[in-house]
Amino acid sequence: NLLGVRHILLVLSGKGGVGKSTICTELALALRHGGHRVGILDVDLCGPSIPRMLRMQDRAVHQCDSGWVPVFVGQDRGIALMSIGFLLERPDDAVVWRGPKKNALIKQFVTDVAWGDLDFLIVDTPPGTSDEHISTVEALRHYKLLGAILVTTPQ
Amino acid sequence: QPSGPAEEALRDRRARLQSRGLPRQKPIEGVKQVVVVASGKGGVGKSTTAVNIALALAANDSTKEVGLLDADIYGPSIPKMMNLKGNPELTPKNLMRPLKNYGIACMSMGFLIEETAPIVWRGLMVMSAVEKLLRQVDWGQLDYLVIDMPPGTGDVQLSVSQNIPIAGAVIISTPQDVALLDARKGAEMFRKVHVPVLGLVQNMSVFQCPKCKHETHIFGADGVRDLAKTLGLDILGDIPLHVNIRETCDSGQPVVISQPESDA
Repeated sequence: NLLGVRHILLVLSGKGGVGKSTICTELALALRHGGHRVGILDVDLCGPSIPRMLRMQDRAVHQCDSGWVPVFVGQDRGIALMSIGFLLERPDDAVVWRGPKKNALIKQFVTDVAWGDLDFLIVDTPPGTSDEHISTVEALRHYKLLGAILVTTPQ
Repeated sequence: QPSGPAEEALRDRRARLQSRGLPRQKPIEGVKQVVVVASGKGGVGKSTTAVNIALALAANDSTKEVGLLDADIYGPSIPKMMNLKGNPELTPKNLMRPLKNYGIACMSMGFLIEETAPIVWRGLMVMSAVEKLLRQVDWGQLDYLVIDMPPGTGDVQLSVSQNIPIAGAVIISTPQDVALLDARKGAEMFRKVHVPVLGLVQNMSVFQCPKCKHETHIFGADGVRDLAKTLGLDILGDIPLHVNIRETCDSGQPVVISQPESDA
């Protein structure tokens, strides 16, 4: 679970397509370059973009006795990544779920993933201010939530 | 999965049992055809395209009555793009009267809340809001109702497609890989809920420098055309990334109305 994570950052926008996933990925890589241990939690269940951005879309997650093992990126396994993208049978499978099912999975992503010791966990969210966002904040309530970054374009 | 008459019968029975719990599709009174504009991905131009499609339908045939429903509960863009503001009036039958501009009857969550107020709602409340926007509006007699969908493949999309019969869906995407990934899921979703996909629109396909006219494919080239081929769908349009499209929408004078002769 998240007890070994020192700081949690949420990346939000409201509007879609402004670059949340891109910024999450670049931020994680930049923090990694700075020598920190980093994880990315992708709670965009309908449109998970992070696996593809890190070329991890063909990977799968495994179980260990403390839960799911995140996918590790890079030779040095420097970034821990969890996304619904890894749980789909095929990467093109659509996730057409209503709120309660989404909430259940997000809770699991928070409590049942063996994140280990991380300096930063960056959470990529979908557009809007809905189930995913409410569930994520509720599930993270008891952990060290550093804050949220808002991404927007000038439009 | 095993096949054969016994397994077929079991699958049919299971499907029938599951569908018993689903809402029945009922057409909106007075509305002849519903077209939804969706994408899966955010920020690819659904609202912009939906607004311009509605205006183009009306411009092409002035005898047709067109309505525009903004189903993006969380981020309603239609009020701004159609230059409409204010709370809808109620008819004697307690239905909301749509706001009209450029001859198009519009309804949006944006008319019911403060412009800056966020809607931080779970799916159940969103479903109820969508029901109201569909059924508790005095649409009158419409030939076309264009519905602007929010990004994603969740509650709103399911609620709309389960509640009303839809003539077809138009899927918007940019050529970018991550947008195509989501557009594909959008198409898959419509297949799951038995809504015919009319085709794909390739948006933001190319940018032409206003100074030297050099063309850059900022989001990649032809990604949507390739996806259309793979899915066996038509390309309904190819729209460039043009500053006029964004400027006219931001100012509430969509390009179809304000610059009907432009390339965009």
